[in-house]
Amino acid sequence: MGNILKEITNSATALAKGFSITFKTMLRPTVTENYPHQPPTFEDRYRGLHVLRRDENGLEKCVACFLCAAACPSNCIYIEAAENTAAHRISAAERYAKVYNIDYNRCIFCGYCVEACPCDAITHGHGFEISAYDTNALIYRKEQLLEPLPASAKK
Amino acid sequence: MAVTLEKIPGQEERVILSMGPQHPSTHGVLRLVLELEGETVVRALFDIGYLHTGFEKSFEALTYSQGITLTDRMDYLAPLSNNLGFCLAIEKLLGLEVPPRAQWTRVLLTELTRIQSHLVWLGTHALELGAMSVFLYCFREREDILRIFELVSGQRMMTSYFRVGGLALEPPLGWLRRVEKFVEMFPPRLEEYEGLLTRNPIWLKRTVGVGHISTEDAVALSLSGPSLRASGVKWDIRKAEPYSSYDKFQFNVPTRPEGDVYARYLVRMDEMRESLKIVRQAMEGMPGGPIKANAPHFVLPDRESMKTSIEALIYHFKLVTEGFHPPVGEVYQTIESPRGEIGFYIVSDGSPKPYRCHVRAPSFANLQTLLKIVEGHLLADVVACIASLDTVLGEVDR
Ligand code: SF4
Ligand code: SF4
Repeated sequence: MGNILKEITNSATALAKGFSITFKTMLRPTVTENYPHQPPTFEDRYRGLHVLRRDENGLEKCVACFLCAAACPSNCIYIEAAENTAAHRISAAERYAKVYNIDYNRCIFCGYCVEACPCDAITHGHGFEISAYDTNALIYRKEQLLEPLPASAKK
Repeated sequence: MAVTLEKIPGQEERVILSMGPQHPSTHGVLRLVLELEGETVVRALFDIGYLHTGFEKSFEALTYSQGITLTDRMDYLAPLSNNLGFCLAIEKLLGLEVPPRAQWTRVLLTELTRIQSHLVWLGTHALELGAMSVFLYCFREREDILRIFELVSGQRMMTSYFRVGGLALEPPLGWLRRVEKFVEMFPPRLEEYEGLLTRNPIWLKRTVGVGHISTEDAVALSLSGPSLRASGVKWDIRKAEPYSSYDKFQFNVPTRPEGDVYARYLVRMDEMRESLKIVRQAMEGMPGGPIKANAPHFVLPDRESMKTSIEALIYHFKLVTEGFHPPVGEVYQTIESPRGEIGFYIVSDGSPKPYRCHVRAPSFANLQTLLKIVEGHLLADVVACIASLDTVLGEVDR
């Protein structure tokens, strides 16, 4: 009899203690992010979708040196280089990337390409909503990766 | 061939039950074959390999520094511990000295990794035994740590933050304040988890005396980590073979003599407190100085000099395009990961890619004790036993 009583009081105190913690938590501010309804927050360094940068004149920074492609552990960067000419100037250096594809089927967002790029041409943005029904749609072209022309550089 | 148990002649009434691989309590894809007498487990076998990834083979196709990205994905609950083990092994091979600031930062971040890994373990363990709110609270606090990882490395889980010779990036200004905020907030939260579980009669009934493993068996089956320490063996690589300046930090190694699920729970709870102590010490004693070793043949130059000095730029090109050439030889390095002793064995033939990289994964070695500890227990206790060993299947099937 004594045992049962002891067990009941033990359980009751444990229950009371547990509920006091859950009730206390109810009164705390919520920390959940309301993601699809509100945009999520990121730290500055978040490694999201890549952005190919332009310099202050609106020219592409990428000089097609292939370092990012060499650094990539999953081999997902494909570049074709071409020469700049006076009439057709894309980047400030000799060469530019005619084709620049990143295959997001393979990319692991490790940041090695960004670390390797000597011109700060490729960077991580904060984009992350890239799901698609078709894997072909996940191969991003240069046009999708390039940042838009700054207003000052528009003719 | 799928693993099966043959029925013993004369005992055909026993049921052979296949548990998993798609079972929420197996923490991944583990399949258990159980022979049941009523509800009691008489014999057990397990079947692994459902998550086979070929990491060890993949190491051979990547340069040393590219291989760091693989270690993240092996034990996805303790990415930074794995980064550290792999980097330390390569540094040993190269004979590279890492500057103190990088070492302190590494210690700080791996201890945070230990806390967040134990939080996942606690949350899921409690969830499987029916305590839903503990799970939610643990993941709330874990998110704070993951945000710190995102702050310094750019990614919550797949950090790839440590590099051969130091760190990948200078940690952002003011990041220690974020760590401090966490360190202050966390101890009362730990009390709350304990308040919900430690003396809860239901929790005690499900864990005390369940899944017992004796000291001798634990050692014989090469159990390691908190599970070993819960069987009364005071063995911790951080103390036994200090790496990354762990000998300069003061902390205790919690042990328990009982060797049951409850003891493993208590040891891990105490370990979180000890980790917090180390984090505090690392924060207060954080030295100044560079974050990378000055070894241009092996370590990328910092961006400033890469852009101003042609020599640094040439090294940068060379390191990125072909990697570095370590001396021929082999090396083994273990560290204490949240799950136990993780070791990297690397054979180098002098080329920029490892000839062979073998990983001594703690989850793999710890899993073999499972068959021992479930025998004679009820089917429902198998769930508690699996959870108490805290295995990560990504690491088992590497
Ligand atoms: S983030 Fe990593 S995987 Fe993705 S493109 Fe860059 S280097 Fe390759
Ligand atoms: S993005 Fe950078 S690293 Fe890649 S090709 Fe262009 S300039 Fe070279």
